[in-house]
Amino acid sequence: MRRAFRWLLAACVAIATTSAALAADLRPLVQTMGSGGYAGTEKALNQLSEAGDPAAVPVIEALQAGDLYVRKADGLVVIARKAGAGFALTDPLSGAVVGEAASGAIDKIKINNALRRSISATLGALTLMSPDPATRRSAAEAVFKSRDANALDTLNTAIAKEKDERIRRVMEQARAAVILTAGASEGDTQTAIATLTARGDRDALALLSMIAASGATDALKTAAAGAVAAVEQKLMFWGALQNLWYGLSLGSVLLLAAIGLAVTFGVMGVINMAHGEMVMIGAYTTFLVQQGLRTYAPGLTDLSILLALPAAFLVSGGVGVIIERSVIRWLYGRPLETLLATWGLSLALQQAVRSLFGPTNREVSAPSWMSGAFELGGLTITYGRLWIVVFAFAVFAALLVALKRTWFGLSIRAVTQNRPMANAMGIRTARVDALTFGLGSGIAGLAGVALSQIDNVSPNLGQSYIIDSFMVVVFGGVGNLWGTLVGALALGSLNKFLEPYAGAVLGKILVLIFIILFIQRRPRGLFALKGRAVEA
Amino acid sequence: MRHRMTGRVATFGISALAGLAMGAIAGSAQAADDTIKVGILHSLSGTMAISETTLKDVMLMLIDEQNKKGGVLGKKLEAVVVDPASNWPLFAEKARELLTKDKVAAVFGCWTSVSRKSVLPVFEELNGLLFYPVQYEGEESSRNVFYTGAAPNQQAIPAVDYLMSKEKVQRWVLAGTDYVYPRTTNKILEAYLKGKGVKDEDIKINYTPFGHSDWQSIVADIKKFGSAGKKTAVVSTINGDANVPFYKELGNQGIKAQDIPVVAFSVGEEELAGIDTKPLLGHLAAWNYFQSVDTPINAEFIKNWKAFTKNDKRVTNDPMEAHYIGFNMWVKAVEAAGTVAPDAVIDSMIGVSVPNLTGGYSAMLPNHHITKPVLIGEVQENGQFETVSKTPGLVPGDEWSDFLPDSKDLISDWRKPLSCGNFNVKTGKCGGKGS
Repeated sequence: MRRAFRWLLAACVAIATTSAALAADLRPLVQTMGSGGYAGTEKALNQLSEAGDPAAVPVIEALQAGDLYVRKADGLVVIARKAGAGFALTDPLSGAVVGEAASGAIDKIKINNALRRSISATLGALTLMSPDPATRRSAAEAVFKSRDANALDTLNTAIAKEKDERIRRVMEQARAAVILTAGASEGDTQTAIATLTARGDRDALALLSMIAASGATDALKTAAAGAVAAVEQKLMFWGALQNLWYGLSLGSVLLLAAIGLAVTFGVMGVINMAHGEMVMIGAYTTFLVQQGLRTYAPGLTDLSILLALPAAFLVSGGVGVIIERSVIRWLYGRPLETLLATWGLSLALQQAVRSLFGPTNREVSAPSWMSGAFELGGLTITYGRLWIVVFAFAVFAALLVALKRTWFGLSIRAVTQNRPMANAMGIRTARVDALTFGLGSGIAGLAGVALSQIDNVSPNLGQSYIIDSFMVVVFGGVGNLWGTLVGALALGSLNKFLEPYAGAVLGKILVLIFIILFIQRRPRGLFALKGRAVEA
Repeated sequence: MRHRMTGRVATFGISALAGLAMGAIAGSAQAADDTIKVGILHSLSGTMAISETTLKDVMLMLIDEQNKKGGVLGKKLEAVVVDPASNWPLFAEKARELLTKDKVAAVFGCWTSVSRKSVLPVFEELNGLLFYPVQYEGEESSRNVFYTGAAPNQQAIPAVDYLMSKEKVQRWVLAGTDYVYPRTTNKILEAYLKGKGVKDEDIKINYTPFGHSDWQSIVADIKKFGSAGKKTAVVSTINGDANVPFYKELGNQGIKAQDIPVVAFSVGEEELAGIDTKPLLGHLAAWNYFQSVDTPINAEFIKNWKAFTKNDKRVTNDPMEAHYIGFNMWVKAVEAAGTVAPDAVIDSMIGVSVPNLTGGYSAMLPNHHITKPVLIGEVQENGQFETVSKTPGLVPGDEWSDFLPDSKDLISDWRKPLSCGNFNVKTGKCGGKGS
């Protein structure tokens, strides 16, 4: 027993000394990282990469994170992390504490894009054997990108040892990329082409077209050309789906912006040019809520968007009620005056926000569950857009229920269909008017919360959406919520399908021309209301 | 009766107000004898307020500092601030007002090229002085305008050179907002790239409307263009508000600077203040000044700016430095001429040299452009730029691009006896193409 323990101890000491010896070899290399500017750091990094020792990984990771510094006093390369007023210094290889330093006493080792690329390539090659599956996977992806021929041996060993099916596939793709770039026997190259055809994305396509253009033999060229055609066809299919998704996502943004207007303009008939400013106020409310949470409850910042929803609805809705009571109610039945008055109001609101918050953009950061993207087959779907699509439909459904199934909705419909009769039945029409306008404005505020995630939170935010909103409501058919839904999605998709062919500028013009022609043919829009109420 | 009464009261009120206003005007006219007026023509409302308000503030600071030093020619400077409200015709109207009613000695103003084009005839007609502080497309030289921002050869060309030599870029997306500055700059860049042997199919030009906010398909398109096996970069002349959604989309779709770097000519510290910069790490910008430049004179400028605005978070940017240079040049030229009379000042401006904030001296050239260093910076996590490349010397501004067939034979020299903004060296005549 005792003997066994002694053996174990001896083995440990032996391992420790060998790794110390290796670390000693790396030390002079690490020391040179801090001198000679970008070129010097790059050279040291390449030598670390050639040494192929995983002990260098923490050093390189620190360099990537911007934690690697040079102590000015003696030129020692250290990892420095903020601790209180100064920095705590540790040795990059052993992790031993070196001491502390004020921020003026150390110099950061700067990195640029070229270095960042080398860092990910080196880290990829060094961490292929890491015990952590996620690290191995990203290492394999990094090697796929860098196509570093030096990594081939490690890659072969890693593939032989790999148990996880999916990670091994990525590693094999990486090997195929290295082989295609560096060149190999015909059989190997054929296998590599097959592996990449199975991967079938843009990166694979780039490699395959390279071989199709400049392969070693004609047989290889034909094989690669066939693979290129297959991948291109697949990508084209996904490209069309992707366009459809973009259309849906733009459509849902249009829907959000227009749906409040569908209430104020569509149901009430008020031409509200200040609608965009209600959206803007909603976005600024989001900003305020986020600021407040950051200051008083930093743990809840990720939820700030959710908390901003009721706040934005109430603030924008409240402003809407005030506007209706103070301006619009005197102007019912006088569309021209309403238009001018609300337009003036929109300018006043913009300038008020500008004076209050300043003319510069305010940053509303995205919560973690709304940033980034995921791959679905060949589609790239960003989480932010996905949530906005979901949210737009949720708001639409909620509004529909509110109008069709609640007492308030019933009163709104009664007042818009026959005001004197509704009045006679005991509905306080003036109050319903104010609340309806408040509802439309509140929904615009909700749109502002969503738009704060994809657009600038600036005083001009609303301006860019007012035209689009009117376009959607008029195109869909005034007074019909379903029309607004279909109109928004149709215009969004049309825009996104035109954009790749005609460009963004011409695309927008074409959509406008289309709407003008459409309105000529069907002045009441897609879903025209029928019946006596329309004629009144 | 009651109506008539109110009417009379109103008339009385208005005339009283008018009297007050007249008094105020008379008062300022009296004060004019011992002050020199300086006009500030920047939009304080509307779309461009986001960029231009800062420039108004920096001018007020510079004038304030100069007054503390005793003013100019023994007189105090007085700022006259007007708001052209991002409305291009209003720029011309306000410029006329500044020159005829307020009789200002010089005007510092404008941001967009279209606003500059709109005031240009006014300054030429009334013989005023305009200092224009923003990087622009070139192809212009007026006797009455001093261009303290970068010409294309002081920003766009060096940036492309950097990408070609350091990042080995072979494929180019030129993305811009659809108006005169991006269109002209991209025309110059396209000619330049083709001259360097870049093929047609490796250049993609894309324009978007002002304030474009849905970048999904364009960013996806850039990604597609960039996966053709050649190193690709985006040269962005996207202006103003459209940048925030553009960069957000780049971040969301996972386009990293190490794969497809974006170099921007209109994105500075001020624009980055509204974005979460973590996903943008390493994207580039080309300017003649960065706030992060480590010189004593810049540290002093930033300290004064933060103290003047009473806001520790305010950032500085390139057009602010241009105003700093332009204002100091004007002060020096006025003191050399001993008068604020436009003709004398215009003549003494040429050759004036003042310190810039990057540790050198900028000089006014005979073509009314200045010499500047060109810096390329990478976006950092804190919203600042880290300089990764700086031209070894100063680059003289070249107003007529050598890469466009229409302007390559033109030069501008406002010294006597030539005194010409578009002298054609081939024909030996003044008055080529352009204005």
